[in-house]
Amino acid sequence: MAATLVLKGVDKTFYSRRASVHALDDVNLTLEDGEFVSVVGASGCGKSTLLRIVAGLEGASGGELTLDGAPLTGPGRDRGMVFQQYTLYPWLSAQDNVEFGLRHLPRGRRSEVARRFLDVVGLLDFAGSYPFQLSGGMQQRVAIARALALRPSILLMDEPLGALDAQTRSLMQELLLSIWERDRLSVLFVTHDIDEAIFLADRICVLSAKPGRVREVIDVHLPRPRQFAQQVEREFLELKQYVRSLIHDEAARNTGFSGVLQ
Amino acid sequence: MGTRYGRGTLAVTAGAPRVPHLRRRRLQLYEPVQKRTYWSLAVVSLCAVFGIWALLSYTGAVQNLFLPTPTQVWQAAVTENNTGILWPDVGASVLRIVLGFVISSVVAIPVGMLMGSYKVFEAALEPPIDFMRYTPAVAFIPLTLIWFGTSTTQKLVILFIAIFFQEVLLIMDNVKNVPMPFVDMAYTLGLSPAQVVRRVIFRAALPGIVDTLRISMGWGWTYLVVVELVGATDGLGFQIQQAQRYLDTPEIILGIIIIGVLGLIFDFSFKGIYARAFPYMSRGR
Repeated sequence: MAATLVLKGVDKTFYSRRASVHALDDVNLTLEDGEFVSVVGASGCGKSTLLRIVAGLEGASGGELTLDGAPLTGPGRDRGMVFQQYTLYPWLSAQDNVEFGLRHLPRGRRSEVARRFLDVVGLLDFAGSYPFQLSGGMQQRVAIARALALRPSILLMDEPLGALDAQTRSLMQELLLSIWERDRLSVLFVTHDIDEAIFLADRICVLSAKPGRVREVIDVHLPRPRQFAQQVEREFLELKQYVRSLIHDEAARNTGFSGVLQ
Repeated sequence: MGTRYGRGTLAVTAGAPRVPHLRRRRLQLYEPVQKRTYWSLAVVSLCAVFGIWALLSYTGAVQNLFLPTPTQVWQAAVTENNTGILWPDVGASVLRIVLGFVISSVVAIPVGMLMGSYKVFEAALEPPIDFMRYTPAVAFIPLTLIWFGTSTTQKLVILFIAIFFQEVLLIMDNVKNVPMPFVDMAYTLGLSPAQVVRRVIFRAALPGIVDTLRISMGWGWTYLVVVELVGATDGLGFQIQQAQRYLDTPEIILGIIIIGVLGLIFDFSFKGIYARAFPYMSRGR
């Protein structure tokens, strides 16, 4: 089920009429089979762009991307995506939203699969509800069910919990972990929340900004299965401090803060 | 000052004296009103218009030749109904407007979809459409009379010119307003571009499109009457124009009232369809 994703020298430049922006520069990253990797970096460092390239929504200007050895060219069902924005279709019920991506399955199988994955995220009782009747956290759980139902070899998540309140967010992290422990999917997880990145991941890829380069890839040795309480342990806090310091200077430099903050 | 939230809970404390600065303001921005309030206000405002009319006409403040009394208009309606000339005119007008509207919309929806979804179509079609949009449809009446005579075709051509060019640009905007993440999501779910247009963009734009249709229908009514005033042999506009010849003001007012009521009926039908078909849109309005 899970797969190995390899990025080799991935480069991205956006061209507009007046200027060009070098968003990603020579990004190399390997995501092993069943590995959970977080990508963090200052805002505007191109981490979302990187994920969009892997998803096939954006073309790379250079470099190679392969999934289990096969080059990635466009979007596909082998990579399940969850966005930060609520992307459930408002005219479809939760179950129909999950079924929407299952059109390759015979009609009879779709509802069975959709209900199974709604159950995984604990929303079977809300199968008939429409997105506007669900809270933000519930909507994101449906979005996760929709991505999982594709049976992708890798899950791509672009700040999926970014719009949620702190409590919901923390519960969602635990939910994600429990799903991951069960399925051992490969996950590429973009976030700007360092606690979240550490708590979830096997490795953290820190991107520098303008252009986005891999500054450092850090192994997270915290034992699994992870517990909420680990977030106050010394090892966790040290790691957090370290990642923060990597990102902080960068953020200050790139957003014009360094001039005003002494 | 103070915020509008929470104030309510403070103000209902049982038996507490009303504190002036905690008093609830009467008009709250965007605050929904109860259905009953909504309808009573609507009835009151309609009655007010009717009242002013009655006052001006019955008292003779305005001569009846210029402004007939409600009784006179009612009598005109009864007479026209009995002689059987009222309903054929209403039918002719409704048929024209429905046909003109349907033909315009059947063309405008796919064209607007293409223009909103693909920049190439926008680039190619927007300039000529914009040009036509600014040319007054009325200016085409002499030309179309030469081309098509006083036939139904001529009426429909004018209605098409009046409705289509506005409608298609609004539909293009409806389509452009579809959130990009909906489209991205669809791609990652394995949909082809054609499927994305049909199953996501169209469906997401649909509430906006229905609203556009409602507005287009309104323009249709304006131009229908214009087109029936010139070179028509039946219809409400024709009836009004005939009445003018004989200074039959009750009949003119009757024609105007019928058009207004029909417009209101169509508008409310569209609103009803909208509320039924898109319950998820009513939140936050």
